[in-house]
Amino acid sequence: MRSTSDRILAAALVAPSIAAVGLFVYGFIGWTVWVSLSNWSGLRPDLSWAGLSNYATLFANPRFHLDIRNTVVFTALLLAACMALGLGLALLLDRGVRGESVFRSIFFFPMAISFIVTGVAWRWLLAPGDPATGRITGVNVLLAQAGLPHLKWYTDHTVLYITPDSALGQVLAGMGLGFLTGPVFGVPVAMLSIVIAATWQMSGFVMALYLAGLRGFPEELREAARIDGAGEWQVYRHVILPYLRPVTLSALIILGHISLKIFDLVAAMSKRGPGFATDVPAYFMFETTFHADRFAEGAAIAVVMLVSVSVLIVPYLVGSMRRESAT
Amino acid sequence: MTMPRRRALFVAAVVIVVVAAVALYQVSRMRAPAPPAARLEIFSWWTTGGEEAGLLKLFELYRQQNPGVEIINATVAGGAGFEAKPALKARMLGGDPPDSFQVHMGRELIDTWVVTGYMEPLNDLYAQEGWEQVFPAGVLGLLRHEGSYWSVPVNIHRANVLWYNKRTFEENGWKPPETFDDFFALAEQMRAKGITPLALGDVGIWASVHLFEVVLAGVLGPDAYSGLWTGATDWNGPEVRRALEIMARMLTYVNPDHSALSWDQANDLVIQGRAGMTIMGDWVDADNLAKNFRDSGWAPPPGTRGVFVALSDTFGLPKNAPHRDQAIAWLRLVGSRAGQEAFNPVKGSICARNDCDPALFGPYLQSAMQDWARDRIVPSLAHGAAASESWVALINDVMSAFVSDRDVAKAQAALAKACVDARVCR
Repeated sequence: MRSTSDRILAAALVAPSIAAVGLFVYGFIGWTVWVSLSNWSGLRPDLSWAGLSNYATLFANPRFHLDIRNTVVFTALLLAACMALGLGLALLLDRGVRGESVFRSIFFFPMAISFIVTGVAWRWLLAPGDPATGRITGVNVLLAQAGLPHLKWYTDHTVLYITPDSALGQVLAGMGLGFLTGPVFGVPVAMLSIVIAATWQMSGFVMALYLAGLRGFPEELREAARIDGAGEWQVYRHVILPYLRPVTLSALIILGHISLKIFDLVAAMSKRGPGFATDVPAYFMFETTFHADRFAEGAAIAVVMLVSVSVLIVPYLVGSMRRESAT
Repeated sequence: MTMPRRRALFVAAVVIVVVAAVALYQVSRMRAPAPPAARLEIFSWWTTGGEEAGLLKLFELYRQQNPGVEIINATVAGGAGFEAKPALKARMLGGDPPDSFQVHMGRELIDTWVVTGYMEPLNDLYAQEGWEQVFPAGVLGLLRHEGSYWSVPVNIHRANVLWYNKRTFEENGWKPPETFDDFFALAEQMRAKGITPLALGDVGIWASVHLFEVVLAGVLGPDAYSGLWTGATDWNGPEVRRALEIMARMLTYVNPDHSALSWDQANDLVIQGRAGMTIMGDWVDADNLAKNFRDSGWAPPPGTRGVFVALSDTFGLPKNAPHRDQAIAWLRLVGSRAGQEAFNPVKGSICARNDCDPALFGPYLQSAMQDWARDRIVPSLAHGAAASESWVALINDVMSAFVSDRDVAKAQAALAKACVDARVCR
């Protein structure tokens, strides 16, 4: 049983950080929401009430439709690539390779680098060059030497989508899903180069999470499974992977919220890209606010981003809180 | 919990609070240093080659005239101020203005900074220095708002220049194109020779907007082109459609990696003879000189002979400039003949004043000075003279989409809507 003075002391110790977080995080979130409901356009603050008109403008803007598409594509591809690569590396390292700490450092090292640096380096590596004049650099040199076709990387404005005339498109139209045909529901090829750079940066982090998880795996369970007659593959499939499920969830949450609000990598590498192929909401928000001075609309983009991240984070937080109170 | 432990915790808490208070006090002292007697902070985006050299020339002159003043060179790199402008806005909105900053003459100056009340008028300075007599009327009109002058122009750039490699042209017996038909005929010949006809570097989308404004001026002519920015010319009309069609056709002749290159990297293609032409402002001249390229040829792009698409870099006086007296001395220098004659030959631009000595300038700039005196002056879109920044941002978006989908009807509708959104058209 704690004494009153203990409680006072504890409250005094956490009060400053609660006040700071309350002001600098939640206060500014509230301020941004307020601005997004105002008429503030131009450098002079104008906080007169505009209702939801900024959101209406935003959702009517074709650029924002492409931004949402790009974020979904980027997030899906990044999560898939990082989880697969990170888990693969962790399982390989866990087999007890010689000099494991060296490999661990090598794979984890990109995580220590800022996205801006990653973006600049990969912009050079993936420089598209000009095959007509033979000016080839970066990865395309390797492709050329291997006899493979020259790629345009982040300057490719191709969008892969289902056309209404295609067989699949007609099937979709028959099912009343005709709206899915068209570039807004496509995959911009240029986004792949951003995914490559981001995967290079983040997969080592996923590897580290999984490796920590694997190290916590009790050896007796593995032994027990083997005694029960499980092969190596079955041990992984039915014992180890289910055991790693919380790690997977944490990794997905962390990667997911990074990819939903990615800005620096895109700004350093390709900016909006040809035909907005690599444009993301954060970059649109930056341009709307600081180039076009449409502060209210920029705030609306920020709020939409916050909501999209919350959709991912809040269920996770609620879940972990329930678990904590249960124990 | 035992008493000694509780006491230890209490002591620890007291220590933390005291340390934090001392640290905060120290930080607040660091944040508000005693202002030194004489400083001058100049904000610009002049960081490359001739730009930086010109700026340093001005600083050198300033130090001679104002010994003992410490100059703080606050630059943010990036073509057309694309990165610098957001940084400047963050400072201005945060109440931390530099003493003077670079801003494009015209709507960018007026709509962004003047009507919002961030600038001080400079009428006294204009009267003292007699600038109304030495700056051309067209320039004065773009600096004036509600009867006052708001910044001091240091240079004039021409946006509509077609740059080519003389050696390549002579070897093949080519001439710079006068009309768009000439242009496309020449582009076909270049392609047949394995040369990229038109070099473009639009990693910052402004370069394709720049190309589009030159095409607009060439198709519409000076009067209809100027009318676009006042609502007098119909954005839904056939001329704008024709300009978009020509632009779309031009884009089929550009280097495929254009969205990965900057304007100067595109100019490198012309220097190396890999591309035949590039359409860019006359800062290319300074780039060529810095790269020691002597075979540069220039001509007005198709349809724009006799038209001078102009932009100008100016410096103004923000309200609450920390070192106002030094800033006024800087503006005096920027507007002076000595200042402009020192700056412009190095920067690769011509004087905003009409009394500079042509002998100080290279051959290209001399030709630009003659054209400046003779041609019809129209404002540049991509460089802030013609339209407000929020309108330019909307047009940037239209061009971003157009460069890849080349959908003329969609782009024209979006341009017309942008004019309405900018509250210029109805």
